[in-house]
Amino acid sequence: MDTLDRNIINHLQGGFPISTRPYAEAAEQLDITEAELIQRLTELLEQGLLTRFGPMYHAEQLGGGLTLAAMRVPQADFEDVAETVNAFPEVAHNYARDHELNMWFVLATEHEERIDQVIHDIEAQTGLRVYNMPKQAEYYVGLRFEV
Amino acid sequence: MNNSDTETHKTTRPLDSDDRRIIQATQAGLPLTPRPYHTIAEQLGLSADEVMARFQRMLANGIIRRIGAVPNHYALGYRANGMTVWDVPDEQIDELGRCVGQLDFVSHCYHRPRHLPEWPYNLFAMVHGRTQSQVEAQIQQIADLLGEYNQGHRTLYSTRILKKTGLRIR
Repeated sequence: MDTLDRNIINHLQGGFPISTRPYAEAAEQLDITEAELIQRLTELLEQGLLTRFGPMYHAEQLGGGLTLAAMRVPQADFEDVAETVNAFPEVAHNYARDHELNMWFVLATEHEERIDQVIHDIEAQTGLRVYNMPKQAEYYVGLRFEV
Repeated sequence: MNNSDTETHKTTRPLDSDDRRIIQATQAGLPLTPRPYHTIAEQLGLSADEVMARFQRMLANGIIRRIGAVPNHYALGYRANGMTVWDVPDEQIDELGRCVGQLDFVSHCYHRPRHLPEWPYNLFAMVHGRTQSQVEAQIQQIADLLGEYNQGHRTLYSTRILKKTGLRIR
């Protein structure tokens, strides 16, 4: 990663134009050519330094359900439970964390009513309680990083 | 959801099928072509002007948070990622949440329900640093900011990613 890559990452985390030639416009700001910007973005994506380039959608506003949930999983059953939980297509992310509540996952469903059903099914299939923690207010969502 | 969110939501025109097709076509990313909105338009059989107008509208009404690069913070050296959770009084949480959310190392900040007695924490803030000691300094900064309203806190570090498919509408 060189200075230009850093510039691209630091300056293009938002505000990408909606226009006929948006890469050309963004490239001009960075003092490079359109082709150079497209090439660099392609490489940054291939190298995994960017997970994505494009619109970041506001999941709840798409009309579906979204929640964070946690479980207390006995260590001996951890892999089996992870497999059971991950098999639900509604489980978008799942992380092991260092706490008594040691499994934390995000549920995203097309319809809001489906959240309760999935939680019920996970509890039924694992025999473990699911702690549902839907957001009650959002104060900030950013993820802007300086590199 | 806070009041302003709810109001925005109510006045937002619901997504129609063309919006959904645009979302499906672009949730993994924009085409890396010189005229990406035209590329999408061709794929979907819409005009480029229509596609760009819909993007403008979705950006204006908050369906799209922003358009640009989504960095892989882990690959970029932010290896210490902690979910900090705090027990603060319900009466003060909105004010405190907004203050914590303004700290530049906090990427997400939410009010979530307690599950008493085992889970007393109602304020969640994700923090990111290059090292664990950097994250610990950040946690101290949040503790200082909350002052007497901090009735207890924990930091849960992720030890393993078990699944990461991202949010996808079908």
